[in-house]
Amino acid sequence: MSLFSTLRMARIATLLITTSVAADSAFADVGPAAAVVIDNFLFSPAQLSVAAGATVTWENRDDIPHTIVNDATPRTFKSPPLDSGEKFSEVFIKPGTYRYFCSLHPHMTGTIVVK
Amino acid sequence: MPDLTNETNQTNEIDPPETLSGYGAKRRTALSCMAWAGAGMLWTLSGGVPGSKLLSGTAQAAEVDRHAFSFVQISDSHIGFSKDPNLDPASTLKEAVDKIRASNEKPAFMIHTGDISHLSKPGEFDTAAQIVGSAGLDVHYVPGEHDVLIDDGNSYFERFSKPADKKWYSFDQGGVHFIGLTNVLNMRGGGLGFLGDEQLAWLKQDLTRRSSSTPLVVFAHIPLWSLYPQWGWGTDDSAQALSLMKRFGSVTVLNGHVHQVAQKVEGDISFYSAMSTAFPQPAPGTAAGPGPMKVPADTLRTLLGVRSVNYVPGQMELAIVDTRLSV
Repeated sequence: MSLFSTLRMARIATLLITTSVAADSAFADVGPAAAVVIDNFLFSPAQLSVAAGATVTWENRDDIPHTIVNDATPRTFKSPPLDSGEKFSEVFIKPGTYRYFCSLHPHMTGTIVVK
Repeated sequence: MPDLTNETNQTNEIDPPETLSGYGAKRRTALSCMAWAGAGMLWTLSGGVPGSKLLSGTAQAAEVDRHAFSFVQISDSHIGFSKDPNLDPASTLKEAVDKIRASNEKPAFMIHTGDISHLSKPGEFDTAAQIVGSAGLDVHYVPGEHDVLIDDGNSYFERFSKPADKKWYSFDQGGVHFIGLTNVLNMRGGGLGFLGDEQLAWLKQDLTRRSSSTPLVVFAHIPLWSLYPQWGWGTDDSAQALSLMKRFGSVTVLNGHVHQVAQKVEGDISFYSAMSTAFPQPAPGTAAGPGPMKVPADTLRTLLGVRSVNYVPGQMELAIVDTRLSV
């Protein structure tokens, strides 16, 4: 990471990476960023593909708190309760499929695919 | 699914008994709205026909009255919430408790069906306990998902569980067996409310010792019936719990979570969802999702309320009265 200028890192980190962009090897090792928003008790996008090393940030836009909890044993990530407007970030290093849900409203589910 | 939602009457008028008798004979409950302090009466069911206690003058009625009792349910006080449509749920909880205090009929106790707090914060629990305690009644709590956000709910259980109780419990009052269940812990991804095997095993053992003629009142936060699973308004393993109760002749199931009055009857089991004291939520499927319904300030209190449940020995059905904070 230290090979890259902080300017370049900051610029790339603010980009929203879509599935197709995440597959681009040019972004694969620079810690790209992606976002999931929570609106009306739904994760959007519910399915998200990112490159290994990506930081995914969830933002709660509801008037009710939510959590982001990895649905696996052992659990690799679990957010504190996110009140309205709060965010939670997780860095995904290892490729794989990560299912998650809201532990308050478990019908809310989503998946992060790390390539 | 609007047929599952049965709003309380908008009117504050108390129908005369003549009007209610024909209506009540066909219905299993009296679901009406009244001013507690003003009227000083509680509806009771006698022979399936709702009537009021002040009108029952016979010796038999007096004998029944001596053993009858009522209790109150409050729910979803969400202390700590501070957004449209309610910037101060502590004040509306206080109004609800004041209504209970002003009632001429002293309830035997109170149940709170969860979401006492909004974010499980100690200060929220303290404020709620102080206001609820001002009713001067014994209170039986069950947690909502908002009460167990921290430390697997231990901060809730340390504060609100009675010393002898585990995370679920039962007690008896006046010949009725009450069961408080927790269905907001260990919920599974993609699922709904969850009781779990340990609680179901306890429930089975608890019920084994009861005769089928014992009236049961079961209360939990999330509905124990499939009210609207698309919004998470149901409990994954509730069917297992309900199957243990099928041999009982009178089962009343009370819940919160959905912030509105809804009811359903399945065989001998009657289900009732209660209003919140903090904010309303939309009727099932009528909005993009559940969550606080933004309503004008002058209508908020018509969508918040408390519930009284009245038991008369010998009557299979308990009388449910939902009362709005204002009409």
